[in-house]
Amino acid sequence: MTGPAVAPVVAGSTTATTDLLTINNLEVIYDDVILVLRGLSLAVPAGQIVALLGSNGAGKSTTLKAVSGLLPTEHGEVTDGSIIFDGEDVTRLDAASRVKRGLSLCMEGRHVFEHLTIYENLVAGAYFRGRADTAADLDMVFDLLPKLADMRARIAGYLSGGEQQMLAIGRALMARPKLLMLDEPSLGLAPLLVQDIFAFIKRINAQMGLTVLVIEQNARRALEIADRGYIMEQGRVVLEGVADELRDNPDVKEFYLGLGESGGRKSFREVKHYKRRKRWL
Amino acid sequence: MSNFISLVVYGLADGAILALSALGFVLIYKSTRVINFAQGEFLLVGAYMFYTSFVLLRLPLILATVFGVLVATALGLVVERFVLRPLIGESALSVIMVTIGLSSVLKAVIQLFFGTSVREQPPILPTSRVSVLGATVPLNRLLVIVIAAGVLAAFTRFFTRSRHGVAMRAVADDQQAALTMGISVPRVFAMAWALAAVSALIAGVLLADLSAVEQNIANFGLIVFPVVILGGLDSVPGTIVGGLTIGLLKQFVSGYADPGLAEVVPYLVLVAILLVRPYGVFGETRIERV
Ligand SMILES: Nc1ncnc2c1ncn2[C@@H]1O[C@H](COP(=O)(O)OP(=O)(O)OP(=O)(O)O)[C@@H](O)[C@H]1O
Ligand SMILES: [Mg+2]
Repeated sequence: MTGPAVAPVVAGSTTATTDLLTINNLEVIYDDVILVLRGLSLAVPAGQIVALLGSNGAGKSTTLKAVSGLLPTEHGEVTDGSIIFDGEDVTRLDAASRVKRGLSLCMEGRHVFEHLTIYENLVAGAYFRGRADTAADLDMVFDLLPKLADMRARIAGYLSGGEQQMLAIGRALMARPKLLMLDEPSLGLAPLLVQDIFAFIKRINAQMGLTVLVIEQNARRALEIADRGYIMEQGRVVLEGVADELRDNPDVKEFYLGLGESGGRKSFREVKHYKRRKRWL
Repeated sequence: MSNFISLVVYGLADGAILALSALGFVLIYKSTRVINFAQGEFLLVGAYMFYTSFVLLRLPLILATVFGVLVATALGLVVERFVLRPLIGESALSVIMVTIGLSSVLKAVIQLFFGTSVREQPPILPTSRVSVLGATVPLNRLLVIVIAAGVLAAFTRFFTRSRHGVAMRAVADDQQAALTMGISVPRVFAMAWALAAVSALIAGVLLADLSAVEQNIANFGLIVFPVVILGGLDSVPGTIVGGLTIGLLKQFVSGYADPGLAEVVPYLVLVAILLVRPYGVFGETRIERV
C-alpha cells in the first residue's frame, strides 16, 4: 500500500491513492436467469471509507457477495467482468482464499454464531489463520470494544442487536482484513446506536488505516463518515463522487437524503417516478 | 438393594455405549443436517475392524486400537466425500434414502468378508467381579462407564477448546457466516463424518467386548433414535442424558418388570416424546431474537 492513510480529497478523482479494490463491468446472474448486476464498476482507494448506496434491490448486497465469493452458496455466478483486489484478480477464487488475502465481509443481518459465546465467535473469526498467535488480536478487539470483553462468556444469540453488530465487526477484525466490507451495519438499530456504529467505523478506519466499503440505507450518516460514495440503481452505478459533493448534490438530497425542495422523505413510488425521468440512467 | 445397584451399573454401562453411538449421530446431524441411518453399521464396521487387527492380525491392543481408529477415520472420510457430498442440495428424503442404502451396503460387505456366525474375540476388559456398595458387579461394565465418560469428556473439550471444534459448531450455526471467516464447510463436513465413525468404532468395540463380535451390533443403530430424540438431535450433552436415561430405563424395566418389555420401552419413550416435544427434551434451544 503506497497511499497515505487519509487521502486528500480531490474532487472527482481517485488518482491520489492506489485502489485496493477495483470492480470492472461486473455482471452477476442468479439461478442462471436473474440478471442482477449489469456491468457494475467501482473502486475503493486504500485507506478510505467508501459508501455504496441505493434503493432496495439495487444489487448492493449482491456486489459484496460477489466480492467475497459467497455467490455459489446462493446459486449466483459472475458471468462477466472482474474483481481485482490488492493487484490480484480474485474473481474466480473461493471464499476462503479471499479471506486469506484480506477481504472480510460482515453480512447483512449480523449473522453471529448464535450458540457460541462471544469469545468463541471471535476465535472462529481467526480460524483460517491456523495456529498463529491470535491473543494480540483478541486484546485489540477487546480494547476497541470493551463491552465485549466484559461479556466474553455470554452466548451470542442472546445479545442485543447493537451488541451483535459490534461482535460481528469484531469477529471480522479477527481475520486482520485489509478491506472490511459492511452490509447495512445500522440495520434495525436505535438512532443512538447507529451513531455509535458509525463513529466506530470511522475510528477503526482512522486508527488502523483500515479500508472500508459500507452499504447503507441511511445515506446521510454514511456520507458523513465516507470519503467517497457510489449510488447504484438496477445493478449499475448511476452516480459517484466525493462524499461531500454527493451530499450537496440536489438529486441525492432529494431522493436519498429526503431533503428535497418538495420536503419530506420520498416514497418508493416517487423514486420510481424519478427513474422514469432517467436523469442518471 | 444389591439388585438395584447392579441394575444401575448395567444400565449406566449400556447407557454410556448408547451415548457414544448417539454422539456420532448428533455430530453428523448438527454439522451437516443429515440423518444418518447407517450409524449402527458404523458400530458394526468398527467392531469388525478392531477384531481384524486384534484377533486376525494379532496386533497388540494399542496398535489394534490405532488401526481401528485409522480405518474408521478413512471410512468416515470416504463416505462423506463420495456418498454424501454429491448429494449436497438434494432433498432431505433422498439423503435419508441414501444413508439407508449405505447401511445395507456396509452390512453386506461385513457379511461378505466375515460371514454371519459369531466371531471369537478374547475379552479385552477384565471380566472379574468386584463388590460395589454390597452388590457384586462385573469389572468390565464399570470400566466401560469410565472409558465412555473419558471419551465423551475429550469430545466435549474438543468442541469448546480447539479451533476446529469451534469451527464445527460455527458451521452448524451459520454456514454462510462461517464461509466469510474462511472456514471450509466441506472440510468441516468431512471432520464430522470422521469423528462420528471414530466414536462409533469405540462404541462398537466396547459393545462387542460386553457381548460378542456379531451382526447384531448393527441393531444398536436403531436404539440411537430414542436416545437422540430424548437428548435432542443437535445436542452433544443431550447424548449423555439421553443415553443414560434409556440405558437405565431398559435395565430397570428388565429387572423389575419384564425383559421383553425392556426391548420395546425405548421406542415407547420415543413415541411419547414425539407426541409431546417434537424437538427433543434437551435439544439446543432455538434462539429467537430480532
Ligand atoms: N439468492 C438470490 N436468488 C435470486 N435472486 C436474488 C438473490 N439474492 C438477491 N436476489 C435479487 O437480486 C436483486 C438485488 O438484491 P440485493 O440483495 O443485492 O439488493 P440490495 O441492494 O442489497 O437490497 P436491500 O437494500 O434491500 O438489501 C433483488 O432483486 C433480489 O431479489
Ligand atoms: Mg442488501
